[in-house]
Amino acid sequence: MLARTWNSDLAYNFRTSPVALASAALALILIVAAAFAPWIAPHDPTDVASLSLMDSFKPPLGMADAEWSNPFGTDNQGRDVLSAIMFGMRISLLVGFLSVLFAIVVGVAIGLLAGYAGGIIDTLLMRVADVQLTFPSILTALLTDGVITAALPRTMREGLQIYVIIFAIGISLWPNFARTVRGSTLVERNKDYVMAARVIGVPSWRIMLSHVLPNVIGPVMVIGTLGLGLAIIAEATLSFLGVGLPPTQPSLGTLIRFGNDFLFSGQWWITVFPGLTLILMVLAINLLGDWLRDALNPRLR
Amino acid sequence: MPAQPEPPVGCMPMTKLKVLEAVAVSHYFDVSRPFLQRVFTREPRRMLRAVDDVSFAIAPGTTFALVGESGCGKSTIARLAVGLYAATDGDILFENQPLSSARAQPALRRRMNMIFQDPYASLNPRWRVTDIVAEPIRAFKLATGSADIQARVGALLAQVSLTPRDGEKYPHEFSGGQRQRISIARALASEPDFLVCDEPTSALDVSVQAQILNLMRDLQQRLGLTYLFISHNLAVVRHMADRLGVMYLGRIVEQGPAEAIFRAPRHPYTRLLLDAIPDLEQVGRARTPVGGELPSPIAPPPGCAFHPRCPLANARCRVEKPAHTTAGDVQVACHAVAEGRDA
Repeated sequence: MLARTWNSDLAYNFRTSPVALASAALALILIVAAAFAPWIAPHDPTDVASLSLMDSFKPPLGMADAEWSNPFGTDNQGRDVLSAIMFGMRISLLVGFLSVLFAIVVGVAIGLLAGYAGGIIDTLLMRVADVQLTFPSILTALLTDGVITAALPRTMREGLQIYVIIFAIGISLWPNFARTVRGSTLVERNKDYVMAARVIGVPSWRIMLSHVLPNVIGPVMVIGTLGLGLAIIAEATLSFLGVGLPPTQPSLGTLIRFGNDFLFSGQWWITVFPGLTLILMVLAINLLGDWLRDALNPRLR
Repeated sequence: MPAQPEPPVGCMPMTKLKVLEAVAVSHYFDVSRPFLQRVFTREPRRMLRAVDDVSFAIAPGTTFALVGESGCGKSTIARLAVGLYAATDGDILFENQPLSSARAQPALRRRMNMIFQDPYASLNPRWRVTDIVAEPIRAFKLATGSADIQARVGALLAQVSLTPRDGEKYPHEFSGGQRQRISIARALASEPDFLVCDEPTSALDVSVQAQILNLMRDLQQRLGLTYLFISHNLAVVRHMADRLGVMYLGRIVEQGPAEAIFRAPRHPYTRLLLDAIPDLEQVGRARTPVGGELPSPIAPPPGCAFHPRCPLANARCRVEKPAHTTAGDVQVACHAVAEGRDA
């Protein structure tokens, strides 16, 4: 099994593509840094007791008064920026992964149903997707987030905010998956292997799940990877605007917003380092997605 | 149980047992443009008459073949016969029951299956061969337990001259002919006695065609299978068919025992088709080519659909649809034959 994976076309393509290797390495470093933040971060930014205002506004390494214990400097509360970034990436990645997963589940289900059932069901579902695609996805996410947050009782808002964000971003991304899956499903459902299953009376839901789904899921992986970048950006945008996650769960976007206040007073590092991290993370994910798309495209082989 | 419909009188000369019977079956496809466009351009609905008033019956253990050009509706009949399409008009009876009610009963549905034309599209590329062949076994619960299912799949693969070890592979690891064998193994997995074969060899090399055809004949003799065999290849049909129906633009223009039709074709279209078969003993002889194009089934010619290409057509052929006339065991739908102008 392992040897087979290693020798597959995709694995060979991966091994021989410098861009793919570099972006995968970068993504891996960032993901590991985020996943193991509580153990490897130099400080715990959530531990209020360890904060001291004496440590505030320390500059990053390479500037006067810099200290090795705070390589990216500290913020106005004396929090270590590097540690805050590592903890912030956890939130950003978690929200990104879960919202893309949600969008995949919803989009694939709707796309399969629309493509396989056809007729009025197809028309209705796809018109909904078309209408949603006429809005920028960040607007959809903003609107969904606002409506749900307003509907929730005030006491529950903070605890549920992360799920609301995941739902809002997921909802803004599903039409891409639905349209792709519907298109492939339209092709697959008329193939003879589907006919063969229908002749012996296999129920439609089973044909969709066991026959059609495995044959339409390939492009979903590509859009999913590219969508992960979009979702992380969307979360950062929402948090930057202040409608995202509460300050108790600071993501990269929240950090950028906090740091923005000090940009003109000279403490640029508080906002620039989280911003750079966000750029690197999304760049790595998008390059991986682009590579996967090209590697799976038979016309470019 | 729904009441059994009365057998039609005078429609079929055969009164013997029949596995499948089609009575005046028609199937139209709606090829109209979308509703809004139709409203704006004031265009009427457009129907494609893929199958138009077709009747035939297939006796147990025999092969009924349908031949015709591409687009004449033979594949539509194949799909109607297994219930993939519902007939617009007319009745299809399986074991003397309406097809829809027969297909609602697993015990009857199990007894019909289909072999497809394209061996590349008919096997799910993501499934192992074992799972492909086992699908009907699982669907009809013909065996339970993976060891039992494996044994059955192995036996089925052996029956089509593959080895049980081939089951571990994926379809792309096989050639076209081997894939068609897998297709046949899958069709046999539900233990059917009626198989619809939709051009099972037209996508294969000539040498492989012979192997598959011989395999199918061999299986027919051993298992007592009944075939509805669709083809555009007259040589293949000659090899396989007991009875033969020649289709033109959705209608069967001549049907009867294959031998009789090949020996003495009567309908002008059949004659032109048979005349086009290459013959080693008559190299270089003058042939009458079938001139012209197949007319559009959306707007078929009035009268006999074949009249624009028919050497015997006259004024009556252009206005009046010919009815079937029976001579011996052969039915022909042609004014020229009925009037004796065909000499």
